[in-house]
Amino acid sequence: MSGLNINHVTKQFGTFTAVNDVSLSVPEGTFVCLLGPSGCGKTTLMRMIAGLDLPTQGSIELAGSDITGVPTHKRELGMVFQSLALFPHLTVGENIAYSLRIRGVAKDVQKKRVEELLGMIHLPGFADRSVNKLSGGQRQRVAIARALAISPKLFLLDEPLSALDAKLREAMQVELRQLQQRLGITTIVVTHDQREAMTMADTVVVMNKGEIRQAAPPVEIYRRPADSFVADFIGQTNLIPVEADSAGRAVILGQTIEAFSMPAGTTKGVLSVRPEDVQITAPGNGAIPATVTFIRDLGGAIETFVEAGGTQVIAVSSPRSRPEVSVGQQVGIRLDPATSVVLAR
Amino acid sequence: MRREPPQRLADYGPLFFPAGMLTLFFVVPFATMIAVSFFQRQQGGFYTPDFVFDNYARFLSLFFGKVLGFSLFLAIAVAIACVVLGIPFTYLLARSKRRIQVIWLVALLCILSLSEVMIGFAWSTLFSRTAGLTNLLVWLGLVSQPQALTPSFGAVMTAMTYQAFPYTVLVIYPALVRLDPTLTEAARTLGASPIKAFFTVVVPALRNTILATLIMVFIFALGSYLLPQLLGRPQHWTLSVLITDQAVYQSNMPFAAAMAVFLVLVSLALVGLALYAGRQKEAK
Repeated sequence: MSGLNINHVTKQFGTFTAVNDVSLSVPEGTFVCLLGPSGCGKTTLMRMIAGLDLPTQGSIELAGSDITGVPTHKRELGMVFQSLALFPHLTVGENIAYSLRIRGVAKDVQKKRVEELLGMIHLPGFADRSVNKLSGGQRQRVAIARALAISPKLFLLDEPLSALDAKLREAMQVELRQLQQRLGITTIVVTHDQREAMTMADTVVVMNKGEIRQAAPPVEIYRRPADSFVADFIGQTNLIPVEADSAGRAVILGQTIEAFSMPAGTTKGVLSVRPEDVQITAPGNGAIPATVTFIRDLGGAIETFVEAGGTQVIAVSSPRSRPEVSVGQQVGIRLDPATSVVLAR
Repeated sequence: MRREPPQRLADYGPLFFPAGMLTLFFVVPFATMIAVSFFQRQQGGFYTPDFVFDNYARFLSLFFGKVLGFSLFLAIAVAIACVVLGIPFTYLLARSKRRIQVIWLVALLCILSLSEVMIGFAWSTLFSRTAGLTNLLVWLGLVSQPQALTPSFGAVMTAMTYQAFPYTVLVIYPALVRLDPTLTEAARTLGASPIKAFFTVVVPALRNTILATLIMVFIFALGSYLLPQLLGRPQHWTLSVLITDQAVYQSNMPFAAAMAVFLVLVSLALVGLALYAGRQKEAK
């Protein structure tokens, strides 16, 4: 099949295993985000896809052919580096045309392509400017245009937006996603920013300690995390210990709740419930008893911290459905099985 | 911090000391030399104050023209050799392990502590027939008889390049360390082989450093007068050798001064030209 296939790839630096037996299939034209904390192996995995590092074991296939040993410059890919790595001695136009010049494309064809790309990144007429005089966002766009000049089979971006301020970053995320959809190019982005991953990706690949923990569409990652690491890493979550009683029913915060079922064959686990899915009600009537300990009013959202059975639970509500509570008050919390998952510990 | 232009004479105070040193040790001797270059030489004596162009006129002969030409050629050749050898060397050095870098840099600094005389005699021994490097080649069976490699142009070039090499590395090293290593990686992902990436990215990005190194080694090599004498034939003698000869052995101070002034002017002109060419290319 076309697209990218990573088969049981392992990378070791001395005794340290950066990437451990990772397999991943990226269908043609999809947008994949490699997401994880720093040191989780996501950048190493991308460098192996680019050919800048060689895997210790395993193979990588691109469009049906094995590229594991193919040198970087023969892989026909486009890559945007975290530092952008724009060539300081070249103008914007020369930077974008670099890959064409290396391939010996005719000057007038180069010029036409540069103009086309500058139009695509909304910087028409910038060809003769020095790259050292551009703003952060403009440099970003030039780096993207340079990587796309040869219409590569694979587009790689290593933390591409980390140098931009928050507002510009959000705008660039949307722009990058729209660009990818228009071109239909297979794209892989490395990021540690989960909002970035949620905004752009068809598939989010969550990595930790050199291994893939979950690879799924963003909403599924958020709603149905595979384990407590993913649940905790993506968005905010409450992780509440769960135990099974002798009859196999789930006991949560000292309350037996029949609606929850334990994962098969386990007696202990954690319940992951998003703060917006925690409902604060009057005590009693089957609700889990809790005490309000702190209220954080952020204007757009209100976070209510409650303590139940020795565990802190955070509930988020919008100002409209603000619970009428105050610190120290006895309340009840309700958890909906449809919006929470019990994960093996 | 706000910077105001100096208001009173006292504001220029910090400049007095360097200005005084510069006047005492550079402007005064150089002005004396220029003055002497116009003086009249006394046969068998010293010189008398005068204002004649004889010294410069004598200099405008084919012989001295050839010597000047050779001096400039040698200095340029040494500068180019240093840069051509120095850049790949420093590039690899900057990418090697910290320990290896330290060992190499200490070794290079050791060369700086050697005097020109020691370098000259060391190389003349290495290039000699009886104890030289060719004996090694005979032992390896590559040549049948040991040969003397000195005096020759190659011997002069080798020793002068050896002498200027540490300076070259020390100037290029910081620029190469500061160079973003992802630049070459980016070039590779864009389709350039490692060698092509080196020539299309690393070398052009270092253009100003390379120009500065060329000028520095050029001036350094232009002043060399011991190595050409020790390792070269008379036709490999530079203008500096002739200046020494005239000033010290012929007691012809005015003529030596005239040659020195001329050498300074020509080298200044060449440096200016190099800077101008560099600026032109940058403006493009």
